[in-house]
Amino acid sequence: MSTHSATAAIDHHHDHTTTTGIPNKKLFMWAFLASDCMFFGALISTHLIYRLHPTPNQPDIVSLFSLELTSFSTFILLMSSLLMALAVNSCQKGHVGATRKMLLGTIAFGLIFLACQVYEFSHFVHEKGLTLSSSMFGSTFYTLTGTHGCHVAIGVLWLVLMYIRSFKPADGSPWVLKSIMHLLVFVLVTVAGIKATLGGVHAFQAFGASTDALAELVQHDLPALIATLTGFIGLLFFGRSAKEVEFGEANAIDVESMGLYWHFVDIVWIVIFTAVYLLEYL
Amino acid sequence: MSAQSQTHSAGHAGHDAASAEKRSWLFTRPTAKTGLISWLTTVDHKKIGLLYAMSALFFFLVGGFEALLIRLQLAVPNNTLISHQLYNELFTMHATTMIFLAVMPLSAAFFNYMMPLQIGARDVAFPRLNGFAFWVFLVGAIILNIGWFVKSGAPDAGWFGYAPLTSTAYSNQFTKDMSTDLWIMGLQILGVSSVVGSLNFIVTIINMRAPGMTMMRLPVFTWMTLITAFLIILSFPAITIALVELMMDRSFGTSFFDVSNGGLPILWQHLFWIFGHPEVYILILPAMGVVSEILPTFARKPLFGYPIVVFSGATIGFLGFGVWSHHMFTTGMGTVATAAFSLLTMAIAVPTGVKMFNWIGTLWGGTLRMTTPMMFALGFMWMFMMGGFSGVMHSAAPADAQQQDSYFVVAHFHYVLIGGSVFALLGGIQYWFPLVFGRKVSESWGKTSFWVIFAGFNITFFPMHFLGLNGMPRRTAVYDGNMGWNEANFIATIGALILGVGIAIYFGVMVYTYFKGEKTSRDEWGARTLEWTVSTTPPPEHNFDVIPTVHARDAFWYEKTHAGEIAKEKASNALAEESHGGIHMPSQSWFPIVAALGILIGALFFVNHIMLGAIAGGAIMFLGVYLWAAEGPGGYHIHLDSKKINKH
Repeated sequence: MSTHSATAAIDHHHDHTTTTGIPNKKLFMWAFLASDCMFFGALISTHLIYRLHPTPNQPDIVSLFSLELTSFSTFILLMSSLLMALAVNSCQKGHVGATRKMLLGTIAFGLIFLACQVYEFSHFVHEKGLTLSSSMFGSTFYTLTGTHGCHVAIGVLWLVLMYIRSFKPADGSPWVLKSIMHLLVFVLVTVAGIKATLGGVHAFQAFGASTDALAELVQHDLPALIATLTGFIGLLFFGRSAKEVEFGEANAIDVESMGLYWHFVDIVWIVIFTAVYLLEYL
Repeated sequence: MSAQSQTHSAGHAGHDAASAEKRSWLFTRPTAKTGLISWLTTVDHKKIGLLYAMSALFFFLVGGFEALLIRLQLAVPNNTLISHQLYNELFTMHATTMIFLAVMPLSAAFFNYMMPLQIGARDVAFPRLNGFAFWVFLVGAIILNIGWFVKSGAPDAGWFGYAPLTSTAYSNQFTKDMSTDLWIMGLQILGVSSVVGSLNFIVTIINMRAPGMTMMRLPVFTWMTLITAFLIILSFPAITIALVELMMDRSFGTSFFDVSNGGLPILWQHLFWIFGHPEVYILILPAMGVVSEILPTFARKPLFGYPIVVFSGATIGFLGFGVWSHHMFTTGMGTVATAAFSLLTMAIAVPTGVKMFNWIGTLWGGTLRMTTPMMFALGFMWMFMMGGFSGVMHSAAPADAQQQDSYFVVAHFHYVLIGGSVFALLGGIQYWFPLVFGRKVSESWGKTSFWVIFAGFNITFFPMHFLGLNGMPRRTAVYDGNMGWNEANFIATIGALILGVGIAIYFGVMVYTYFKGEKTSRDEWGARTLEWTVSTTPPPEHNFDVIPTVHARDAFWYEKTHAGEIAKEKASNALAEESHGGIHMPSQSWFPIVAALGILIGALFFVNHIMLGAIAGGAIMFLGVYLWAAEGPGGYHIHLDSKKINKH
């Protein structure tokens, strides 16, 4: 721990206080991700083993999937990794404002991915009749993609907390209650945003890419849309606050460790997308 | 302690004293060094180690009591001492307790206490996370054992919980039964604790070594800690997933292991043993590390073949992931798989044998001092070797087909777990007792306890080899009198009682020694590793007055033979450290235990299917973690009296 972090340039690739030069938090995250590899390895194996031992009640899987929707959400998740990398980069340069914007973008993309998954799940359950107990495919599919969804959700929560953390005042004035209010705003935006995205995907699926779809969305989900938009605009507006904060280059390692987790969850999704979705089309 | 002064700093180390007054009561860090609060909020690896040790020894006695009940039931044929249901609960909980609540945490106790001292560090990399790992362990232990006190009873499906015994169709046949849910939840939480703790140890060993402490100078115990930690983080996810799938089966209507809906019970066995086999090395590698510390100290020789011992440990850890199916030879995997796992299992005997020969090489030509810890270490070598021999017999699939699920297997794994792990850990307690408490067990009482334990252990478990070969299946609550098993069972029960007396002597003497035992010098055994270089016994809170510089593998031995050079080096390092603000120590915190409490509440509600309560528990955990993050790492500085350092 250096006591002159404000003045001296921080070397983001070498930590002189550790034996190896790798920051402790980064090493911790790498080791955790190794563990998480085994975690997803076991889940994906379970899914593939049961695909090789299908049960008689297995549904027609290809007719179940909407490859367009899943490709879209996959693309969104991959792009969120780009924003995450930019957030790490801006934080390492000490640009708090840019870090906040990029974090907010990563959060938004993560939420779109989650909303697509919520849509997919509810669509499968209500319209295709695929439930946890309807067939073995349902059991393995929901458990695997649901666990990945939980990872994304935890990642989003972490991003939100990091975002809020970037407002911690430098003068040591009371902040915890304010931060909890901040968190509540995020909860509202999340709920409204997921509702709006659900409405959007639904309208899109029903009417295709047309003005009818837009009209349907506005007609059904206007409050959610307004709440989401005002929420994000509000967050962006307050994110411009130039008050002195106790957040900056020294926290780049925290953002970077979080980024490692986020990228890992993305990479796992690429594997899941291939193994669970694309392989079915062979 | 009067020679020290402390300055407190809040938040980042950079914001010293000035901002301390502004902190709200919520973030006032506890500073108690003694009393209940000091233990509940501790981040000191030594205190956490003692907490682990006390819990582990408590559960060791609980598991031993369960074992004695099992042996009493089996003393005579057609016994009606305990019911079949209770018998099932006893053997399930005996195994689960001994593995997860006794041997693993006792190893964790040594990891916590000794490893930072052995690498010349003042604490682990993430001190609050270390406290969290312990409290989560305690939560898991409570949940596993709470079944004894509720109507549904303790878990009863065996420690490896084979499907379909764990399905709702079996365990919920008559009444609403949550014992299996408690078992699932308890193991899941213990897994969290082990993985979190291990991640912390990995970072600590790799990143917090003292100057000059290269990897190939690490004490072997620290090496085994590192390998064990890797085994834990890589093997526990498999059982986590297996338990998640089982929980989904029991609570949410999936059919992963339900044959009637196309599930494959064999999948549970694979997932369980992919965890379960590395787990046995998680139990034995720390013990091998302890023995590798004790033998050189009392043979007055450096460890023979240090690099080979280290690499053998790593090889065992690596191969340990490739042998899981030898638990499943009788499931009909096919000849190729059976042959492959058979060969790999035989291969793993090689690095184990290499270690054994290196220990013999260490003893060879040494000036042996037969102290109590040395007796336990030698007992370990002999008994573990016996267990290894019967282990090699299992690796031959045709032989194993006869031995599977018989008392031969019971004999084998008790030889490696008691004769191996427990002997070494009991020896480790005696070895480090002078360091931790400044007292030592009297030689006569220590050796008495060793010989009674040794005799009782062999009288209990040696006859089981014959029982197994004569066809007695394990997990049998009653047997008929005409099977030819009467004598061996009776002898085994007598042996178990002797073993119980031995353990009672051991514990009695340990407690007596803690209060009244002979006081010891700082370097009681003439040891060779850094943990003995601390200025006082018990070690001071900050471990080292000056962070040591390591010049040789047997670091303390080098210091003793180069006293002048080391004193000069320490004096200049002390000045340098003081000019950097003194000794930096992490602050205590309430939030690890708060977060763990949230897990306890949430898990208990979840097991009872009260989801609102489960969410409330989750919210408490989240709040704990949130405030934990918000309070920051904290820290304060200790300034030692410079005279004191020079004196050292």
